[in-house]
Amino acid sequence: MEYSEKVKEHFRNPRNVGEIKNPDGVGKVGNPVCGDIMELYIRVQEGVITDAKFKTFGCGAAIATSSMVTEMIKNKTIEDALKISNRAVAEALGGLPPIKMHCSVLAEEALKNAIDDYLTRYSKAISSKAA
Amino acid sequence: MNKIYLDNAATTPTDKRVLEAMLPYFTEIFANPSSLHAFGQDAKHVTDESRNKIASFIGAKPEEIVFTSGGTESNNSAIKGIAYARMEKGNHIITSKIEHHSILESCRFLERQGFAVTYLPVDKYGLVDPDEVKKTITDKTILISIMHANNEIGTIQPIRDIGNIARDKGVYFHTDTVQTMGHLPVDVNNLNVDSLSASAHKLYGPKGVGILYVRKGVRISSFMHGGDQEKGRRASTHNVPGIVGFGKAVQLAKEEMVKEIERLSFLRDDLIKGILAKVDHSFLNGHPDLRLPNNVNVSIPYVEGESMLLNLDMEGIACSTGSACASSSLEPSHVLTAIGVSPELAHSSLRFSLGRSTTKADIEYVLEVLPAIVEKLRAMSPLYKREIK
Repeated sequence: MEYSEKVKEHFRNPRNVGEIKNPDGVGKVGNPVCGDIMELYIRVQEGVITDAKFKTFGCGAAIATSSMVTEMIKNKTIEDALKISNRAVAEALGGLPPIKMHCSVLAEEALKNAIDDYLTRYSKAISSKAA
Repeated sequence: MNKIYLDNAATTPTDKRVLEAMLPYFTEIFANPSSLHAFGQDAKHVTDESRNKIASFIGAKPEEIVFTSGGTESNNSAIKGIAYARMEKGNHIITSKIEHHSILESCRFLERQGFAVTYLPVDKYGLVDPDEVKKTITDKTILISIMHANNEIGTIQPIRDIGNIARDKGVYFHTDTVQTMGHLPVDVNNLNVDSLSASAHKLYGPKGVGILYVRKGVRISSFMHGGDQEKGRRASTHNVPGIVGFGKAVQLAKEEMVKEIERLSFLRDDLIKGILAKVDHSFLNGHPDLRLPNNVNVSIPYVEGESMLLNLDMEGIACSTGSACASSSLEPSHVLTAIGVSPELAHSSLRFSLGRSTTKADIEYVLEVLPAIVEKLRAMSPLYKREIK
């Protein structure tokens, strides 16, 4: 098993590590396959993800996919971000070893959860305003 | 950059003196030891010399040594070979939950063939209880196999006591000494074993050669057929350079083992103490005293093992981990699980295995680099925040 240069680079210098205070959405997921854990925080302004940060407990691939997904969703609309698949994250990293593909699923799930969380908060905010 | 190899339990480099001893047997004395001509007899002569050295090193007779391709083959051969040879006497085998996979998978194979296997639990240090062995023996028990020392956590088992029990009950006893031969005293009579496995590349010999010791009178059915090498117990042309290398490695171990045990034990304890002092919440896996002189296994909570391993690798330090992330099965280490370490903490384990090249400066370097890596990864870990802050 060998990681691509891109994976190594993101693992060595992960982008966007940390949390966002008062985020607009948070995705917290655990990987049932290996036990890795990821948290993804997003800031959304007018339907566009303006900031993203992560915290991950996991292997090299888990950290690199976390880092990559934060890069990929920044400045994307919620609609476009939802279209990002685990395969797209893996491809952006120059591929993952087959045994590590499940790590990219974790990143996709964290993203979907964060957006779900945002949409729930958003619709609550709308309905409370309407009321 | 510093290059520090602390994965000697996985394999050791071939000692240059071993390599030198081997070289003539590729090109000059290259013949098949089974050939009757002078070329062949020269090769047979050195094969026998090596056999004598190894036999005397472990208190065995030369004809009790069977050369194999390594530890995995020796373990497979011992388990299946003894089980098949004793089928008419019974079908029960006793082993432990923390054996090497080559023992465990051989046992699982035999279970599918109708044998019954008891996998004994171990205590929190990884020790097998000899009384437990005694209680588990039935009139169907034909073989007990317990490793001398564990490859992951370094725990040394009470082999002699278990051997006594096995002998009393008339059950054959095998031990896997892959991690101990050349590192700790191994004597087949002192340990009361009927069979043992060892591999040259764990004691600075070459890869691809091992031994299976089989006590005289112990029947074993062979599974390599096609020649009468090794008295019919293992067919295949002898790996003469490998066998010569194994003999040389054993000779060096014999000369250097006592002082090496002392030297490595000090370095090991420095590394353990250093990690426990410098990395908060870290703890030692395995036994504090009944431990291989070269083994350090720690869990560092809230950080995953593979990510620590990769970061250490970037700093030139090679080690290993019991993390599920780093295994091909994505299962946490069966050894750490058996001693009661939770999957999360097995996830956070690192093994450093020291060797002949390890110096005090190497240990100091690890102790300088590791805490910073842990800090960096903990800053990234959602678990650390939750549990600590």
